[in-house]
This record gives sequence, C-alpha cells and structure tokens, in this order.
Amino acid sequence: MKNLLEINNVVKNYGDFTALNDVSIHIPKGSVYGLLGPNGAGKTSLIRIINQITMPDSGTIFLDGEVLSPKHTAVIGYLPEERGLYKSMKVGEQALYLAQLKGLSKSEAKKRLKYWFEKFDISAWWGKKIEELSKGMAQKVQFIVTVMHNPKLLIFDEPFSGFDPINAQLIAREILQLRDEGATIIFSTHRMESVEEMCDEIALIDKSNKILDGKLDDIKRQFRTNIFQVGLNAEHPKEVEAKLRESFEVLPADFKLLTDGLTMNVKLTEGNSANDLLSFLTSKGELQHFVELVPSANDIFIQAINKNK
Amino acid sequence: MSKLKLIIHREFIAKVRNKSFIMMTFLSPLLMVGMGALVFFLMKKNDEKVKEIVYVDNSGLFSKEDFKDTKTIHYQDYTALGIEETKKKVEDGNYYGVLYIPKKDSLELLANSIEFYSKDSPGMSVMGSLENKIEVKLRNEKLNNFGIDLEKIKASKIQSEIKMFNFSGEESSKLINGLKIGVGAIAGYLLMMFVMIYGTSVMRSVIEEKTSRIIEVIVSSVKPFQLMLGKIIGNASAGLLQFFIWGVLLFVIITVASSVFGVDVVEMQTAKVPDAQMDVVNQAVGGDKMQIIIQEILRLPILKMFVLFIFYFLGGYMLYSSLFAAVGAAVDNETDTQQFMLPIMLPLILGVYVGFATVINDPHGSIAVLFSYIPFTSSIVMLMRVPFGVSWYELAISMLLLLVTFVFMVWLAAKIYRVGILMYGKKTTYKDLYKWLKYKG
Repeated sequence: MKNLLEINNVVKNYGDFTALNDVSIHIPKGSVYGLLGPNGAGKTSLIRIINQITMPDSGTIFLDGEVLSPKHTAVIGYLPEERGLYKSMKVGEQALYLAQLKGLSKSEAKKRLKYWFEKFDISAWWGKKIEELSKGMAQKVQFIVTVMHNPKLLIFDEPFSGFDPINAQLIAREILQLRDEGATIIFSTHRMESVEEMCDEIALIDKSNKILDGKLDDIKRQFRTNIFQVGLNAEHPKEVEAKLRESFEVLPADFKLLTDGLTMNVKLTEGNSANDLLSFLTSKGELQHFVELVPSANDIFIQAINKNK
Repeated sequence: MSKLKLIIHREFIAKVRNKSFIMMTFLSPLLMVGMGALVFFLMKKNDEKVKEIVYVDNSGLFSKEDFKDTKTIHYQDYTALGIEETKKKVEDGNYYGVLYIPKKDSLELLANSIEFYSKDSPGMSVMGSLENKIEVKLRNEKLNNFGIDLEKIKASKIQSEIKMFNFSGEESSKLINGLKIGVGAIAGYLLMMFVMIYGTSVMRSVIEEKTSRIIEVIVSSVKPFQLMLGKIIGNASAGLLQFFIWGVLLFVIITVASSVFGVDVVEMQTAKVPDAQMDVVNQAVGGDKMQIIIQEILRLPILKMFVLFIFYFLGGYMLYSSLFAAVGAAVDNETDTQQFMLPIMLPLILGVYVGFATVINDPHGSIAVLFSYIPFTSSIVMLMRVPFGVSWYELAISMLLLLVTFVFMVWLAAKIYRVGILMYGKKTTYKDLYKWLKYKG
C-alpha cells in the first residue's frame, strides 16, 4: 500500500454552497503533503472531513486501505488553525484528558506526556492553568497534545502561526522528524517558503476544486520557464548579445554580478537546449553565472490561481 | 474508560472545582437559614410594639369588657372627652388611632357609621380585629333584642366533622391533602430550579468550548453527540451532588440551630399562620388524628412517587438541557443567547404557574390533565399531580409523549449543536437554525 490516505471524488455541500466539488487526493505514506489554497477554497472543509468532524455528501475515503471510520480518530492527530485549550484547566490534566479521548490509557498517556514535556523542557508547566501561560507556551502544549498518541496521520493547519522564528524552527524540525519516524503529514499553510522547505507533494485547491497536485519537483518542472540567468565576461558584450538574440530570447537581467560583466536573462526557444546556450556562451568569454530560474512555490501558487479565474 | 465516561468525568470535575459552585453549595443553605431566621426575628420585633388605641363610645353599648387589652393592643376609654377633643389629643400624642362609635337609632345604622381616625393608614389585622369585636357585640345585642338567651346559643353550639374513607375502608384526613399539595409543589418547583440552573450551566459550558476554540480538537476525537450528552449528564451529576449537599446541610443547620439557640422550628414555620387557623391545625393534629395522618403518609404511593419523580425529573431535565446545549452552540457569546432563551423559559414557567393554579384547586381538572400531557410542561405538572393518585393510562400517555418528545428534541438539538459549534462570526438567526437542520452529516 503506497498511499496512506486516498480521497476519491469527495463532494460536500452546505445548503446551496458547494464547499468541495469532486475532489480526489492521494497522499503517499511517509510524505509531507502540502494542502494549499486561498482563503475559503475548501481546505478546512476537507480537513474536517478527514477528521470525521463532518461527513462528505458523496465520495470515498480510505485510510491505510480501510474505509475511514470512527475508530480511525485514534490514529489521526489534528492541530487546527484556530488553537484552543480549556483555559481554566491545568496543563497536565488537560493533556491527559485529550490523550485519553484519543484512546490512550491513563498510564500510557502519562508516560508519553512526560517524554514530550521533557523534550520541550516544559515539565514545570504541568500544574499551571492554560490561562497562566503565554500564547506561544500554550501553542507548544497544543503541539504535544496533537502528536503524543503517535498518529499515523498528522494534520497541521498553519502550524507555525503564533510561534517566534526559533520555536517555529523547533516545530518544523519535530514535524520532519515525525515524518522520518514513519508518520504521514498533511500540512496546510499560506506560507509558501515553508512549503518549499517541508513538502514532498502538494495539492492546490481553489474555489472548491482541486486544480493542481503532484510531487513538488514535478510541478516545478511543469511550471518551468526555461529562463536562465547568465553572467559573462566578454570582450565585446554588445556583439555577443546581438548574436544571442538570433537564436534565443533575451530578457533584462533580474540579478547582479560581483564583476561588471554582461548580465541578462535568456529564455530557450524551440529547438535549442541549455547545452546549446552553454556552449555558445563559453565560446564567447568567461562564464561567471549560469542558473536556471526555477519557479518558487509562491510563483506556482499565484500563477495557478490566476489561471483558474 | 469509554469516551462518554471521560467527558462526563471532566464536566463533573470542572463544574465542582469551580469556585462559584463551591461557594453556592456551602453558602446557600447558611444564607437560606440566616434569611429565615432574620425574617422571623424581624416579624417578632414588628409585632412587639404595643399599639395604643383610644375609643369614644357615644352609643353606650360597649364596655371595658369589650375592649380587653391584648399583648399588642392596649385600649383606653376617652368617651368622657368627646370626639373632637380626643382627636386633637391623639394627633399630638403617641397613639395608634381613635375608634369613634356614634349614637344611632338602630343597630344596623350604627354598624355602618363607626369610624377610625389615625395618622397613618392602620394595619389590616388591627382593623380586622376591631371589626370582629364590633360585629360580635352588635350581634349579641340583636339576639338580646330578639329575646334570645345568649347562654342557650352558646350551649347550642355543635361541631361536626365528616370522617372520610375510601372504599377499602381506610380513613383519611383533610390535612393530608395539604401535604400532597406541598410535596407536589416542592417537586415541581425543584425541577424548574434545577432545569434553569443546570440547563444554563450546560449552555455556558458549550459556549466556553466554542470561544476557547478547543471544540475542534474535541470533535476530532469524539462525536458531537457524545460530547453534548456527556455535558448534560456531567452537569446534572454536579447538580444532584449540590442538591444532596444542600439537603444534608439544611438538615444539620436546622437541627443544630434549634438545639443550640432554642429556636422552635415549628414556631418558625407557622409564625405567619393566624391563631385561629393554628387552632384548627392543633385540633386536627391532636390525639388520634395524628395517627391517621401518619398512617396516611405511609399509605401514599411512596415508591411510585419516587420512581415517577426520577422519571419526570430526568426526562424534563434532559429535554430542556439539550435545548440549552443547542442554544449554546448557536451563539458565540452569552449576550447573544437571549433571543433563543425566551422560547425555552416560557413553557417552563408556564408549567409551574399552571401547576400552582390548577392542581391545587382540582388535581384532576381538565387543564391540569392537559398540561400534564404536554411534554414541555408535563414533567412539572405531572409531578404535582402524582401525590393525588393519577390513573395508569394518564401516566402512560404522559410518559410516552415525554419520552418521544425527549428523543426527538435531543436529536434535533444534536443536529443544531453539531453544526453550530463550528460556526463563528455571523449572528445566528432562527432561519440559520432551520438551515442547519437540513445539513447532512
């Protein structure tokens, strides 16, 4: 079984409003899967369906080869975007309660919590009430509560919001470590730089439809622009540029060189390859800079959404 | 532990650990007893002041014998001074008022021309006792005029009391009816209080989960219906514990207070009952009557009453608290609850009023019966009727209706609850609630 989660043709309506329109997503085991999309696209609806908070109107969902059913809540961990814990309840008691709701025995829950509290160096908070903690501290507790039952599937909705850069890095490391230990992670966010860092695969949802999905690298290839940044020290830069224009498309440079050589962006045209460009350039002078312009997740996001308008 | 048990446990602990719950539990009985003692004390003080009443009797019919001093009223004869002089004197002095009995040709005329002058309007009980004195005196005068011997009238007085039996030959007394009314009224009232206090407590707990946003984490582990049920049961358990502690504390405090301070509990409770009525009670309670009452209490269908009390208490509470839970889910904060609270409170209060108004008069009257069928009032009204004996088919109809409605309302409330807990921002209207009912899963 390659995929941990298979969502097939899921439809969800709220009255006249369609929140999800025939959405299918397959999430490979052991991957970090980015669930992207603008506000109100249907991400939360989908996440709630995976968590069985709501049921789809039609479509099927399989978790590890089995039809998704209430017993699976024990193998799913969910960190919602809107965080929250019982304010007047003590940290330890609260974590124990939530762990037991996920099916852990009290003693097992205690053991795991002890491990996590020590790992995050927050054992001193055990007897404190949530209302006595700062927002960032409460977020840490909530992260632990989400992962302590060793779920097969972890769903993080904007996991870094509310964390300072140091703690955000700590959480990112923990998430990747959980993946390395075998967990599959659904990662929903607007912060595209963290998508680049963390995600193996992504799906893009817009206006209730999935408009794009696959391996991040494949998608990047799909969105390839074939533009190269070129920096060259040549004796006759004007001539080189004129010659280049005969077989390539030359665009203004969007970078700076350390030396004052010729800079430009060159787009491959039909019938020539990066190698053709490279051999031409090396024959004309000393090549300083040669980089393919790879589209960022951010570019892809914006392009795909605009195309879907 | 099952998830439902875990939720009930948490709700119970969260409720009983709450500071205001602890305060309410232990201070309320003290306050209740304290207030009772205070009212009793004030009432005694109020009566202690002796009222000086002077009278001017121009008719010459009345004598010192007719105006005997009592503990609280002293009479003085100012007839010699004349009414105008007396009025002046009384107005300046520290007197309660002047009773003026003019001279008239006939007793009938006199009866309606007696006057009372005072600085402040006189108390009802004082006027009552004055009127009573005058009526007795004038009637005796009249009887005298008819040539009837008063002694004979006194001798002819006879008292009859009808002994009441049911067909199986058991004797009953009138007093037991009062007892039945008392038991029924207390049960109905208790239920209303319980529903109001713990229904709103369920609602608050739902709102708290919503505003703290933990709700989404919880419902990713348990079904919303389980959570709602756990809340309702958890709060009810805390409530029952509180009622139990109140009962025990009240009993202890009253026992201790009456033995330490020598306060007569019976006196405290009957302080408001006028002497005349007390006589009747004492008479009725006296001697072998007491035995009949005890027998009758024992003959009340205590087990049946207890079982029905539990049934209607739980049924009524569950019915209403599920509605309270739905209201909590529909709103973002407590101030928005008002528009939904009224339709819930109305039948509850109606039940108590209708119960008090109709059941006491005629426990088997058509209105009382009707309201003991309607599920939203039945738990209160039927509880009031039960001590008087309700036929089994009426009970069956009422219980069945309550059960069906209860299941239906819990289902309905759960639907609203399930959608509402995840809705934020927009203020909810009745139209929204209707829309939510149609959402699938």
